[in-house]
Amino acid sequence: MILVMVRRLGEMVFVLVSISVLVFLIFFATPGADPAARLAGRGATPATLAAVRHSFGLDKPLPVQYVLMMKHLFVTQDLTSFVNPGEKVVPAVLQAVPVTLSLVFGAAIIWVIAALVVGVLAAWARDTVLDRLLMLFSLIGVSMPVFWLAEVANLITQARYHDTWLFSWVPALGYVPLSVSVVGWFKSLVIPWTVLAVTYIGLYGRVLRSNLVEAMNEDYIRTARAKGLSERQIILRHALRMSLITLVSMFGLDFGLLAGGGALLIEVVSGLPGVGELTYQALQNLDLPFIMAAVLYGAVFIVVANTVVDMLYAVIDPRAR
Amino acid sequence: MSLTSEDGARVAAEPASGPWRAALRKLVQNRTAMAAALVLVLVVLACIAAPLYAKYVAHTDPFGSNLDGQITIGGKSVPVMQPSPTGLGMTPIGPTWRAQYFLGADNQGRDVAARMLYGGRNSLLIATGSTLICLALAGLVGVVAGFSGGIVDTVLARALDVLWAFPVYMLAISLSVVLISHGLKLGPFTLQADSLLIPVIIIGVVYVPYVARPIRGQVISLARSDFVLASRCLGVARRRILLRDIVPNVTTTLIVFAPLMMALNMLTEAALSFLSIGVQPPAASWGTIILDGEGLLYTRPMVALAPGIAIMITVVMLNFLGDGVREAFDPRAKLRVKSDR
Repeated sequence: MILVMVRRLGEMVFVLVSISVLVFLIFFATPGADPAARLAGRGATPATLAAVRHSFGLDKPLPVQYVLMMKHLFVTQDLTSFVNPGEKVVPAVLQAVPVTLSLVFGAAIIWVIAALVVGVLAAWARDTVLDRLLMLFSLIGVSMPVFWLAEVANLITQARYHDTWLFSWVPALGYVPLSVSVVGWFKSLVIPWTVLAVTYIGLYGRVLRSNLVEAMNEDYIRTARAKGLSERQIILRHALRMSLITLVSMFGLDFGLLAGGGALLIEVVSGLPGVGELTYQALQNLDLPFIMAAVLYGAVFIVVANTVVDMLYAVIDPRAR
Repeated sequence: MSLTSEDGARVAAEPASGPWRAALRKLVQNRTAMAAALVLVLVVLACIAAPLYAKYVAHTDPFGSNLDGQITIGGKSVPVMQPSPTGLGMTPIGPTWRAQYFLGADNQGRDVAARMLYGGRNSLLIATGSTLICLALAGLVGVVAGFSGGIVDTVLARALDVLWAFPVYMLAISLSVVLISHGLKLGPFTLQADSLLIPVIIIGVVYVPYVARPIRGQVISLARSDFVLASRCLGVARRRILLRDIVPNVTTTLIVFAPLMMALNMLTEAALSFLSIGVQPPAASWGTIILDGEGLLYTRPMVALAPGIAIMITVVMLNFLGDGVREAFDPRAKLRVKSDR
């Protein structure tokens, strides 16, 4: 058991180092232009370029540059933006983390519950009209660009139907910290939560249904039937349990991806000042140091989250050891 | 409908090999998949006809701004850009539901319907191009890793693991922002910063692990299978085993992946373009038109709504087609593409 844990941690370190090298190479060694010009943003003055060269040690060999970069990012945490001079990148990213986590947590609760309902209902009513409808809606949910859906939600709740009883409670776009007002926090996030959850409800609902339907042909289900259990008991007690294993690992991956920056698009459209929003601002200004920091911190979060999920998995399911 | 299936059946009857023929026949008999294919063909044809639409129907240049333009509606001359009801700035004309400005104008007075067709070309081109790149690379990496084994396999499998752990959007954003800021120069090979090839290559590359990992697994299990063992016992050369036993099986897998990856790529392209690191102006794609419409969302929602609906329809149809292809070519449904957004 301990050996498994140590091996997983070793793998995690390997992946983290590889990813940081990859990101470093993308930003510092892509052929085509002077990395200083890239890092400094559009229309930088010669003085800024010189400052960038000095700050990142661009006259030194690549391995030295890599070590310097990692030191700026993780040890001294004093990486600064050249587009907005003086802005420290790492604290700005860390400050935005609670917003992103609030968004992803709430959406995850919604999508897990709704996907369970959709998947179980569709499997229970398999090959009926209800099943077909649920699967059609799930497919549509998976096929919509999430930022577009967020715009549609804005259009409905902020403009077209904002003056009706249905959506008059929706506050203007923005974020209310949990520490300021719990109700305000909840209200400001309900719509973004729902929008973000739609894709995953569709995805998880489809996977859960097909897992359940597959499980229904297994021997242990036949045994359960032979014992005279009701269809409901068979699905909820026996088939669902096995089918959830795939979903748990999918969930770990998706949650990590969203929290590590995947929620970027919806943060932008819903006006939530999370890590994704910051990254978007940096993209508009081509503020590369900022993007690099956001990407690396996101990647670290994802890799660590995956390792934790993997380890939990090994604890829960002996076959995974 | 019946016309398409009959037509398709004739095409299907030509190839001589058994399983392919059976799979194609099964696909052609799948009504949902064929209906989806028909819709996709119509979308492609409409986008191909974009210049004809712009020239002969809308009489407009979809890439030049037209802020002082006038059009005639019901005998009256109406400006394309009208004073905003709030008194601040100008509001483009809304949908006229006529030949000119069918879906209205964007904030530069350009015909949204004409731009939709041109944008659809880029969206479809990028989705198709990146799918081809992705499948080719993934097939190559998966087969080489799985078939050679040893150190080659270890290195490639490790590289795939790392890329797999890297969040797709973050990787795509990093690559895009670096390439779009200054282009790429690699020896004799130069890419301009506004080249369409940049999103094609980036989207193609970032999804390689999604396809290469299952391919590698399949190749490894094929290499250990009884029929390959039998060939080896008969002294068949490795090259021949690769070409006759491995490659045809992998090709089937790649075909199953193709429509599903194309759906995923189309959504990724839209996202990158919406973040302004995909298709660069003045060129359009469905993603950039949604971005154009963002500022007009409350006054002229059609600018953002129409391209989103176009993406949704195309992606739903690709998924329907993909389900049909999977059922036909991979009846035991071993593969599942995990979408993530």
